[in-house]
Amino acid sequence: MQERHRLGEEEITRELLRPLVTTTPMMWVGFIGLGAVLAIFVFAVSWMFYWGLGVTGLQRPNMWGFMIVNFVFWIGISHAGVMISAILRLTQAEWRRPVTRAAEVMTIFSLMTAMLHPVIHTGRPWRTLYWVFPYDFWRNLWPDVRGPLVWDPSAILTYLTGSTLFLYTTMIPDMALARDRTTGWRKVLYTILALGWRGNERQWKMQTIAGFLLSGLILPVFVSVHSIVSWDFAVSLVPTWHATVFAPYFVIGAIHSGVSAVVTLMALMRWLFRFDHYIRLEHFDAIGRLLIAVGTGWLWFFLLDIFFAIYPQEARELEIMQFRLFQWPFNVLTALIFIFGYFIPVPIWIFQRFRRNVKIMFWTSILVNVGMWAERYWLIKPGLMRKYEWTFDWNWYRPSIVEISIVLGSFALVGFLLLVFSKIFPPISVWEEKEGQHFAQQLQVGKRVVNAIVREF
Amino acid sequence: MPRWGMVIDLDRCIGCGACVVACQAENNVPINTEDVYHQRRAIAWIRLERYWEGEFPNVKARYIPVPCMQCTNAPCEPVCPVYATYHTTEGINMQVYNRCIGTRYCSINCHWHVRFFNFWEPKWPDSLKNQLNPDVTVRSRGVMEKCNFCVHRIVKAEQKAKVEGRALRTDEVTTACAQACPTNAIVFGDLDDPNSAVSQLLAQAEREHRVYRLLEDLGTEPNVYYLKKVDVEATATAAEAH
Repeated sequence: MQERHRLGEEEITRELLRPLVTTTPMMWVGFIGLGAVLAIFVFAVSWMFYWGLGVTGLQRPNMWGFMIVNFVFWIGISHAGVMISAILRLTQAEWRRPVTRAAEVMTIFSLMTAMLHPVIHTGRPWRTLYWVFPYDFWRNLWPDVRGPLVWDPSAILTYLTGSTLFLYTTMIPDMALARDRTTGWRKVLYTILALGWRGNERQWKMQTIAGFLLSGLILPVFVSVHSIVSWDFAVSLVPTWHATVFAPYFVIGAIHSGVSAVVTLMALMRWLFRFDHYIRLEHFDAIGRLLIAVGTGWLWFFLLDIFFAIYPQEARELEIMQFRLFQWPFNVLTALIFIFGYFIPVPIWIFQRFRRNVKIMFWTSILVNVGMWAERYWLIKPGLMRKYEWTFDWNWYRPSIVEISIVLGSFALVGFLLLVFSKIFPPISVWEEKEGQHFAQQLQVGKRVVNAIVREF
Repeated sequence: MPRWGMVIDLDRCIGCGACVVACQAENNVPINTEDVYHQRRAIAWIRLERYWEGEFPNVKARYIPVPCMQCTNAPCEPVCPVYATYHTTEGINMQVYNRCIGTRYCSINCHWHVRFFNFWEPKWPDSLKNQLNPDVTVRSRGVMEKCNFCVHRIVKAEQKAKVEGRALRTDEVTTACAQACPTNAIVFGDLDDPNSAVSQLLAQAEREHRVYRLLEDLGTEPNVYYLKKVDVEATATAAEAH
């Protein structure tokens, strides 16, 4: 049960639609800064297309590198959307309201960014695009469905379709709202997107049912996507990749990094759009409590992964485990993952005082994602560097400047798309905020009268 | 239907590298410049691994030529999303360059590291352009390539046999590496033909307990067999002990 201020309907509409019409200086800084990094990203990708993958740091046996690590990372971030909007919607957690939209949008943009990586990472991306998307069945040569690289795009595209539909369903009432309050090209755009929404009872009923149905349908996808991404690795024979624990481990890791990314986003939205009335301290408090559970779950699987590698006493697994736990530079990386992913943030989140401090929440969530990026690197690279007994071929992997630009650029890409989105569509769901206001009741708690919702936990 | 296989006798191998050069010339493998070696992206369908055994001054160099193992249950095959790598009926693990999009998953899943990626557009000096083998595709940048037991030679021999209306004769074809090997350490042939050189060699070595395959425990059933080096000193000591 959370106390909330009572806000008028018109006030909510005006404040939440504000980023659409006004651009604060900080937003300009964001646009220009992210746009500059994005330009570097585009240049790096074009450079790589022109010269080929020779400009990366990849070699034999390190055939996969930074781009694949980054791909897994962004798929992980994309799990925030479903976690926040579908699961919390089904469990009727009230604190989800201000973040559902942002989390869903982040899901879609990070999925799109993630999908970009395997495509540009192939040797002949133009062929990948031309022959594989859409698949050319005319040649009578079907894709090899035994391979995880076929399951993977299927799962991700299902997820992308599902979350786009889900996001759109929840956006229709807001589109109508914006339609009635704008002129010019915006009016045309919102009229089309509002699909003739009038807000009558039947429409609301259908919208609610569609929302619940989609969140229910998206749940299995939520589990399957990162499981299938983990099978890209677990299905191969590389020691320490070939682990059954990978699927649940990747899913919990995805939730850990995804929910942390939502915290980062909440803090940024609060600072950029001044949504202090909507993204309140109790929201940080609630998401912090969720993160304690998720983070601890992640730690459990992190330890399980190590344990399952040691338990069978398989020489090759043990060797790579020894390499990545105790040898430079992976020993430092292991410590870093532990400290950033768990030992700094979780003890901090235990205290309500810190959970209600936006700056602390922001920086701890950044730490978690630094740790989680490192964790993906730690999971994927050592097994390749020391692949099987061919010491003659063992090799270190050094990412080139092109790969580093692509990794940094992917962050700018997601950030830029999010900013553009919030200039065109309301970044907080207006109707859900209003619905939340309707559910609130005047409750007598001791001597005080509190404006709160009873049914939430 | 033949089942192609190879036997590499490590007791005969002197590590000269003739197999590597022959393969390079036969299969239009790009020239591995010093630069490419430093990038660790050299392409060598058959490579010669050199290991040192023992401590100085009693150091011994050990050589092991590693071509593609042509696994019966090849782990590289099912991971290709576009069927660019597949198994022929004659037991050869083939690479279709035109289908390949370069995901490099096959290379990740190959534990002998014998799948090579064209990181750069292949280049030959003008003086060497006329010596390219017309029977073999020149691969472009962005595709995987690997040893295919000189499949163009096999196909040519089979076509010739068909024209002449006969079956393929025993040991009619051989690979470039086997042909170039000065000590006959590499022998290529039909494993299903009891009269072929490989079968005979294998049968004899089996009696001497010298046969093994690389990473055999993975269960991929490689079709390249190695014959153990005979350590004369160790054998002598063992004989004395008896």
